Amino acid sequence: MASKTAERRAVHGTGRVYWQRLGAEVKRDKWLYLLLLPGFIYFIVFKYLPMFGIVIAFENYVPASGVLNSEWVGFKWFESFFGFPAWTRYLSNTLILSLMNIIFFFPAPIILALLLNEMMNLRYKKLMQTMLYVPHFISIVIVVSITFVMFGPSGIVYKATESVLGHPINYMGSPDTFRWMIIGQTIWKETGWGTIIFLAALTNVDTQLYEAAMVDGAGRLRRLWHITLPAIRSTIVLMLILRMGSVLDTGYDHLILMANPLNRKVSQTLDVFVYEQGIKAGQFSYASAIGLMKSIVSVTLVLASNKIAHLLGEQGLY
Amino acid sequence: MKNKETKISLISPRTGKAMKISSGPVGQNRTPGSIAFNIFNYAFVTLVAVTTIIPFIYLIGASFATEYEIATRPMFFIPQDVSTGAYEYIFSSSKILRGFGNSALITVCGTLINLFFTVTMAYALSKTRLRGRNFFLNMVIFSMFFSGGMIPGYIIIANVLGLKNTYWSVLLPGAISAYNLMIVKNFFQGIPQELEESASIDGCTDIGILWKIVLPLSLPVLATFGLFYAVGHWNAYFGAMIYMTGAKEKWPLQVLLRELIIMSNGTAGDLTNMADDFVQPPEQSIKMAVIVVSTVPIMCVYPFLQKYFVKGVMVGALKG
Repeated sequence: MASKTAERRAVHGTGRVYWQRLGAEVKRDKWLYLLLLPGFIYFIVFKYLPMFGIVIAFENYVPASGVLNSEWVGFKWFESFFGFPAWTRYLSNTLILSLMNIIFFFPAPIILALLLNEMMNLRYKKLMQTMLYVPHFISIVIVVSITFVMFGPSGIVYKATESVLGHPINYMGSPDTFRWMIIGQTIWKETGWGTIIFLAALTNVDTQLYEAAMVDGAGRLRRLWHITLPAIRSTIVLMLILRMGSVLDTGYDHLILMANPLNRKVSQTLDVFVYEQGIKAGQFSYASAIGLMKSIVSVTLVLASNKIAHLLGEQGLY
Repeated sequence: MKNKETKISLISPRTGKAMKISSGPVGQNRTPGSIAFNIFNYAFVTLVAVTTIIPFIYLIGASFATEYEIATRPMFFIPQDVSTGAYEYIFSSSKILRGFGNSALITVCGTLINLFFTVTMAYALSKTRLRGRNFFLNMVIFSMFFSGGMIPGYIIIANVLGLKNTYWSVLLPGAISAYNLMIVKNFFQGIPQELEESASIDGCTDIGILWKIVLPLSLPVLATFGLFYAVGHWNAYFGAMIYMTGAKEKWPLQVLLRELIIMSNGTAGDLTNMADDFVQPPEQSIKMAVIVVSTVPIMCVYPFLQKYFVKGVMVGALKG
């Protein structure tokens, strides 16, 4: 601190000179500060006030008494969550869904990007990309709506399975299919879009490597495995680190649309818990406590996976 | 595209003859393995791409079909007897029209608010001479990594600011995306200083410079970020769902869709809302037509979206 102050004094002068100068500079840039003001107020009100609002996780928040005057209860909400026998179910639902997402969805854009990269007919490749990016821009409500229209009891897929198997599958209202539907929707919506970042990384591959490998007699698959894949390894690691940070996020806007009383057993994740307890049941403090735990775990996981990436010799996130 | 084909000839070590090699991941396409790979690759990627598109084509086709045809015929794309009944129903339903109007209103006003807040702040932050600039920049960057979470945000908006059941509850909370702000700021920093300096010598204030010189030079950037924000507003439902519980007449299309299609479904959840929200499940063709109608605006801007969004992702990727 002291050295920083000294440095500032050296640059901007000391005492009265410093303040005079500061005043003159602020006056000179008064219009710039005016331009800064709306954004500054936005960040304070909508980003920083909610951060301080986290204190309600340790209070018994009642809207009437406000954030500052509500009763302080310490770790009561954390204790009551872990004292509640079903908490393991929320946690395991969250982790299973996340794990399925990492196993089935995470590799999908990588594989698709590698396949697109092997296409030498650039116009055809472009056409494919144009089709593949469409669902990314469709809202999640529409994606779920489309699923209901096609997989619901009067939908075309429902009727097709009924005529093939002889009995229908209740895609939209059964705990057995719930997770697969979620993963399927995610794959359908985001795989194409997810390829972009890998395709960008692939344009940087040194083509001499391919020539050298070809002279050595390496076939297509060998080149894919030994040149193309290693070239995007650091991007894959980076994306995986980012993904680790959201291992407890199951996408509440998606899950809330898909959850219903019939699949409750598997659809209740921590995100759904925060939404149901907080916004629907009005248990603001309880829900914020769970939300806070989630954020802490996420930050820890990002830091830990970044550390592991460093240990493995990768560049990591920072 | 660096790995485009560049032809070079080499002497094959095995045969001693000159052989043609095209560089790039594909290279020689002559070996049977390579041809088989190509066939598989093109077929597979085409299949995936068709799978992403086919639900839309089916929905468009079926939305023009009669209820009887949808119920009896398996997969089809062109209906036997074309009926516009579903669309007539939609465009005569004041509820859906109002939802469409609300979505349009929120998208237009929201995007203007986004651009105003983003541009003003980005311009101020693009000036390195600004005292306290680092403090403000760090404030923005920190908010990208840590947030208060769903509930404290809800409390600020609903209980502290009292924005429940107003359009402001969906317009203001997302007024600036920190990520977009940083990109616009970097763009402004790249504009040559000389232009602005000459204007300031002519007695222009900073606001005048932004309005008369910087913004006209940034129209493509404004269009790009306007599209980013507009798509976000058109597709958003969560904010309107949680903040406008008591103002159904202000619901955007996405929240109506949720009610019409997802919650009215036989298996639909959210039983707590069921009592007053329950609506008769509409016919399949009407559901399909509503989906089509709410997707049309996105499809209209899709060509621009693809062009600009891809670039946007690249900028982010290469910078990060």
